[in-house]
Formats: sequence, structure tokens, C-alpha cells
Amino acid sequence: MHSVTLQALNDFDEWRRAARGLLQAGIVPEDVAWRDPLTEAGLFGAEDVAEGDRPVGSVPPAFIELARTAIANADPERFALLYRLLWRLQADRSLLEVSSDPDVTRLVRLASAVRRDSHKMKAFVRFRSILDDSGLERFAAWFEPEHYSLEMTAPFFVRRFDGMIWAIVTPYASAFWDGESLASGPGGKKTDVPQEDAIEGDWKTYFSSIFNPARLKVAMMKSEMPVKYWRNLPEAELIAPLIRGAREAEQEMIERVASLPPSRHVRKKAREEIVPEAETEIVSLADARAAVQGCRRCPLYEHATQAVFGEGPKHAQVMFVGEQPGDQEDLAGKPFVGPAGKVLDAAVEKVGIDRSRVYVTNAVKHFKFEPRGKRRIHQKPDGGEIAACKFWLNLEIEFVKPKVIVALGATAAQSLLGRSATISKLRGAPITMDDGTTLYVTNHPSYLLRIPDREKQALEREKFEADLVLVRDAIEALEARH
Amino acid sequence: MAVLTLRRKLAILSDAAKYDASCASSGTEKRNSAGTGGIGSTEGSGICHSYAPDGRCISLLKILLTNFCVYDCIYCVNRSSSNVARARFSVEEVVRLTLDFYKRNYIEGLFLSSGIIQSPDYTMEEMVRVARSLRQEHKFAGYIHLKVIPNAAPDLLAEAGRWADRLSTNIEMPTDVGLASLAPEKSPSEIRTAMARVRGKLDEAAPDKKAKTKPEKFAPAGQSTQMIIGADAADDGAILHRAAGLYSGYKLRRVYYSAFSPIPDASSRLPLKPPPLMREHRLYQADWLIRFYGFDVPEIVSGGEDGLLDLQIDPKLAWALKNRHLFPVNVNRVDRELLLRVPGLGTKSIDRMIQTRRHHSLRLDDVARIAGSIDKVRPFIEAVDWTPGGLTDHARLRAKLTPQPEQLSLF
Repeated sequence: MHSVTLQALNDFDEWRRAARGLLQAGIVPEDVAWRDPLTEAGLFGAEDVAEGDRPVGSVPPAFIELARTAIANADPERFALLYRLLWRLQADRSLLEVSSDPDVTRLVRLASAVRRDSHKMKAFVRFRSILDDSGLERFAAWFEPEHYSLEMTAPFFVRRFDGMIWAIVTPYASAFWDGESLASGPGGKKTDVPQEDAIEGDWKTYFSSIFNPARLKVAMMKSEMPVKYWRNLPEAELIAPLIRGAREAEQEMIERVASLPPSRHVRKKAREEIVPEAETEIVSLADARAAVQGCRRCPLYEHATQAVFGEGPKHAQVMFVGEQPGDQEDLAGKPFVGPAGKVLDAAVEKVGIDRSRVYVTNAVKHFKFEPRGKRRIHQKPDGGEIAACKFWLNLEIEFVKPKVIVALGATAAQSLLGRSATISKLRGAPITMDDGTTLYVTNHPSYLLRIPDREKQALEREKFEADLVLVRDAIEALEARH
Repeated sequence: MAVLTLRRKLAILSDAAKYDASCASSGTEKRNSAGTGGIGSTEGSGICHSYAPDGRCISLLKILLTNFCVYDCIYCVNRSSSNVARARFSVEEVVRLTLDFYKRNYIEGLFLSSGIIQSPDYTMEEMVRVARSLRQEHKFAGYIHLKVIPNAAPDLLAEAGRWADRLSTNIEMPTDVGLASLAPEKSPSEIRTAMARVRGKLDEAAPDKKAKTKPEKFAPAGQSTQMIIGADAADDGAILHRAAGLYSGYKLRRVYYSAFSPIPDASSRLPLKPPPLMREHRLYQADWLIRFYGFDVPEIVSGGEDGLLDLQIDPKLAWALKNRHLFPVNVNRVDRELLLRVPGLGTKSIDRMIQTRRHHSLRLDDVARIAGSIDKVRPFIEAVDWTPGGLTDHARLRAKLTPQPEQLSLF
């Protein structure tokens, strides 16, 4: 039996040097007894230095990382477990990938217990302030970790509290930060740090006020904030009384009859009632634009961001009517700002229609979509939704009084004609509407974007532009007449 | 009017803030105070510095700037018609409390919300002043979460995002009809427009590899929202459908579900009893399954009855019990997507199983060791040495897998 005594409780490099020597000497794990400064003396035989020069294979970085953490576990078996794994890794370098192996499982468990302990230290250290005569403020905390995790956790406090002078004292070691460098020292006692801090009163007030007595979940609290940490948490003394009072407090809240509103509220309500909200009559485009935000004519308002009303000059000559706002239009609250809008703008400019005299809108004012993860997939509005929204399109036509209307796509054509329509049959010729307005029908610009074949896309773009040329000529003819 | 002490104000304004469920301090950029002479750090995952007996994490100093409010939302403890004690912090008081708490390692940072006073712009401006002072005057690098006041001016929103890690706007109710009946002064489309604006800013701030200049920082921990469960008639289907719409539209990091909880001086129009807390828990589970396990809303809802999730068993188990024809699946053969559908297996366990089975075929005790427990898994899988036989279709399977009600203990 070989025995190794380590000087530190949690020094990975020291263990590594020793383990390397054993490995070179070919000492099997069963023949090694590991001791640290806290191991009772005399448990094992005398020290026996192993020597040898067997080759030592490299180990995966994942092992080093896990071992560096696991070595801080207070489990007395940790050194032996690490050596056994090191030994086994010589024969099977992919051992760590076998999550079901008992040694691997144990290593992972030891490391994760240490990480948890370190995490709890980050969470539950409570500094107390000390103000000395010169007005210098320093902070100190007493903490009892379950494992030897101060060394690995102290850098966190350095990164967080750069501008403070602080000390953390534990039973086995301590750490000091003077604003410039981190120093370590021996373990200490609870009385090494101040026993009170004025701010703790505010903290306790906060703790008891933020607690909701109607939602008592004591087991949940205990699993996340184990009772063993309570003795160093100033707020913990409130827990028992808060739990005792909780049922009463909840009952009292439920039973208390609603009281009369305060006079401040009554005065405000009275002021509001003097100006009763008039039944909003829509007499202008601006009225319609405001009123559409409250539209409940179909269920689409429920999931869209907002209604997207038309935009353009009050008395535009030509009105383009699309299908419905898309994702970007819905977010921006403006029609045709997305990819399809860019196609339309480019075509309008190319054929020479004056964009400043164009009004753009949609047959349906709310975005209809199906949520899919982080994206919203466009869905075609149905006949009921189109019919319901015709109310708003009619108002736009009534107030803008365009000479020419262009239906972009089947939905717009259906809305304007009152029946389902086929683009290919209707495009290329003017349709005179009941009120004398001229209607042209063409594709929706997003249709062009969806054609994967380049040649076909170019062909369709030409047809689209040819339709717009007809629109341009119609506008010019109308102008010449006036 | 009597002058309130700071401690009394703290009591009033933290009591008023506790109905906001979020206390998250995670998911922001990594930064620290090293070499700055200031204090504060954020390192990815947040830290819960304490737990209240309601089982909720205390990570942030969660307070209102004021609980005076011009609105009269029926479900809210701070509505203008309520007789709760009122208070208002000064900007300096909030800054000092935050720093005092932070230096003692009580908190990760500040979550500041507020009742609406004077106007949305005025209220938002006051909140922005707190954040600006912490960041600029005090070199504070800890976490800041600011509530967005719908309708506040876009430049205030932009500045809020410059100082804050996270912004949130509460959708409040699962349906617009619910909001109209309980918060008639709030406009659902204004709330969603506020979220759309934040999303627009987040998109602008997203790093673009092609661009030469780095975009201006904006709320690196993104945005979140909250809805109240059980104060109106909306069922779980409506709630989850709303959540899915919000996730897809506004790039939300989280939707919080807050079971309506009795409030002091409640309006007689509210339900008398709160919904079971389990309902809230099931909604969080369902939310998770939809975001990370490939389930869609109708599938999850179909596991329960009448649009409500099963309160006794978790939503994945509920779904699996109604779709037993799809099971058992062979853990050594099926791909990740199908493993995600097995009750009792989480994403981490599944990834470890997939890694392990490259080396050797999985036995039942391998799965048990990796998953931690096997009862819920066993009827739905096949392994080298295991086949569930008639167990999958057993008539009493549901009863066997339903946890026994626990004895309520007070301490």
C-alpha cells in the first residue's frame, strides 16, 4: 500500500504532481491511500515514495476541468476517485463520454456539488459595513461553505466589488481584497466580522414586504435556500413568523370588504364625467384612422399589434390596395414598408407614376398570422374577414376619392368587386366600378418575391410593370381631360 | 401629509411591486467592475440571493417608484380607487437603496416599475433618471430591469434601453376582451405597439457582421411580459395561444404567468378565490414544451380537457397518455425529436443519452442514472433489456403515474 499526504485541501496541481508520479510507477488505484491535512493520522501505513518512468498518456481537457472542480469537494474519497479515473482514462480515453459509468457519474456529481456550493456562496455571502474613524468604509462577511470552494469563488467577488475593500472569512480559509489585489489567509470564526449593519433593517423590511402570503411554498424555498445556510442570513429570522402569519394575512385580504374609493379618485372620475365621450362619428379620414384602432369587426385584432391604416395624400389620384399588413407593417404601423413595399415602390418609380400622389392601403387592416417559434407566418384572410374590413376600405375610398384604384392580388380584388376573382382573367383591362372609379387588377408584389425561378420572375415582373403602365396612362388621360 | 420614513416607503413600494412575477437577472451581456473602481457584474446566469417563503427567488430590488396611479385597473392593488397606503420615492432614494443593498450582496440589481403619474412621459423620464444616475454617476455595472410605460416617447424608450439590461411591458390579460373589462383605460394595441417598438430597437442593436461600426447598445437581456391568470375567463388554450403570438412577434425572452392573487382592498368585480397555483405551474411547463420541445399549442392543450391543462399531471405526460399509440419508442434508435416527447426526459438527459449510446446501447438502468428517475419514463420506452409490454396501454397507467397529493406542512 502506497500512501500520499497532500498539504492542501483543494490544490489540483499538487494532486496532479502526486498522481503523475504514481502513474509513472505503475501503482494501481487499489494500492493507494490518499490523505489531506484533515485526515486522521495513523489510519494507513507509512509513506512510500513511488518511482518509475512509465509513459503517461494525455487526458481529455474535460477531465482536467471536472477534476479541478471536484477536488474542492469535502468528500474524503475525492483524491482516490480522481486517481482511479485517471488510471482508467489511460486505457480508454473516451471514458468520460459514458455518462452511465458509476465513476464518471460520481465525478460529475462531486463537481456539480462544488459548483452548487460556490454558487450558493455567491448568493448567500452577506457583507457588513465597518466605518473607521477616518471615514473609510470596509466590508466583511462570515460564510460557512459546505466544500472548500472559497478559492474558486473569490475572483467572482473581485470582479463584482472592485470599488470596495472587503474580506470573506470561512472556517477553513479567508480572502481579502484591498481594491487592488486579492490575498488569502487562514480560516477564522464568526466573531471576526462585525455583528450588525444598519442597512439590514431595510433589507428585512424588503424581505417581508416582497413576500406574498397568498402563495406559501415553503418546500420550494427550502430546496433553493437550504436551512444550513440560514444561520448566516440576516433575513432568515423572519421566515418562521412570516409563515405563521401567512394564512391569517391571506384570509384578511380576502375577507376585507372593498372600501369606498379615496376622494382623489372620486374627484378625478367626476372631472372625466363632465366631458362625456361623444359617440364618435366618422366624418373624415383622420376620424377613420383613429377609430380603426378600436375595431372589433372580426377576431384579427386580438393577435395583431395594431391596425394598419392607409397612407398617402388626402386626395390622391390613385389608390393601391394590397391584401393585409405583413410582419414588418404590423410592427411599424405603416403599410408597404416590408419587402413587398419595396417591389411596389421600385415598379411605381420605374413606370413613372408620381409616388407623392399615391395612396397605399390594404383590404384587411390587421395582420393575420400563425405563430411558429420566433416567426410569424402570414395567413390569407378569409371571406368573412375581408367583408368585415370592407367597412374601412369604403371609408378610405369615400374620403380620398381616388380616380383610379389598383387591386394588388386576389384578396384586394375580392374586396373591391365583392366576389372572388382570378387575376389572370381580370388584369390588363380597366373595370368601371359602380361609383365611376376605374379599377385595375394585377398581382400582389409579394407574389413576385415568391417565384423561385429567375426567368419566370423577370417575366412576371414585366407583366406587373405593364399593368402599372396602363394605370399611369389612365391617370394621364384623366389629367388631360381636366 | 405626514412625512414617511424611507423604511416605510420601502415597505409600501415593495409590497406594491410583489405582483410582478419576474425577478430574473439572467441572459444579459457579460460585464464587471474590474479596474473601474465601481461595483457590479453580470456573468450570464443570474443569482437568487434569497428566497421568500412563497418560494420565489429574490434576485433584484423590485420596487415601484410610486404607487400613485391615474389608472383604475380592477386587478391592480394600486388602482386609483383603492385605499392602499401611497408613497413615492425620490430618484436619489432609489439609487441609494440599490447601492446599499448591492454592496452587501443582497441583490443582483434593480427592477424598477411605477404607477403612472402625471403622464406616461413624465413617469418614464423619472425611471430613466434612476438608471442613468446608477450607470453614470455611480459606475454601477449590476443588472437593471425597467418597466416600459406604453405610449412614452420613443427617445425615452431609447434611453431606457441604453441603461437597462431588460425592458418589459405587461400584456396584463390573456385576451383583449379581458383587458377591456378589467382595465378599461388601457389599450391592448398600445401595449403591443410598445413591445413592437422595443423589438424594433432590439433588431437595430443586433450585431451585424458586415457593418463597420458597432450598433448602439439596447437592452442586452431583451424584453419580457406578464399576464395575469385566473382573473378573467380565458382558458389555458387562449393563454398559450396569446403567449405563442407574443413570442413570435416581439422576440420576447420570457412570458410570465402570474396566478391572480388576492389583493388588499380588492374590487368586488374580481373572483373571490385565486386560481390554484398549480395552474400557473402547468402553464410554465407548457410554455417550456412549446419553446424547447417541439410541441405546438393545440397538441399541449389536447392533453387536458375543455381548453384547460391537466392539474394533476404534467402536460407532457398528459399528452403522452392520450397518444399511447406513438409509444413505446426505442431509446437506442429514435432521433432527438422523438425522445423529446417521452415523459420524464429533459433536454439535458436526452443529449447525454444520445452521446452515451454512441459508445454502447442503453439499458434501462443507464437511462435511470442519466434521467435521475425512471417511473414516468419506463412505460414509454424500450431499451436493450426492457420492453414495457402491456404497461404502455395499461388502463390504470394514469392512476399509477399521478402523484399522491402531499400533506400540506406549515413548517
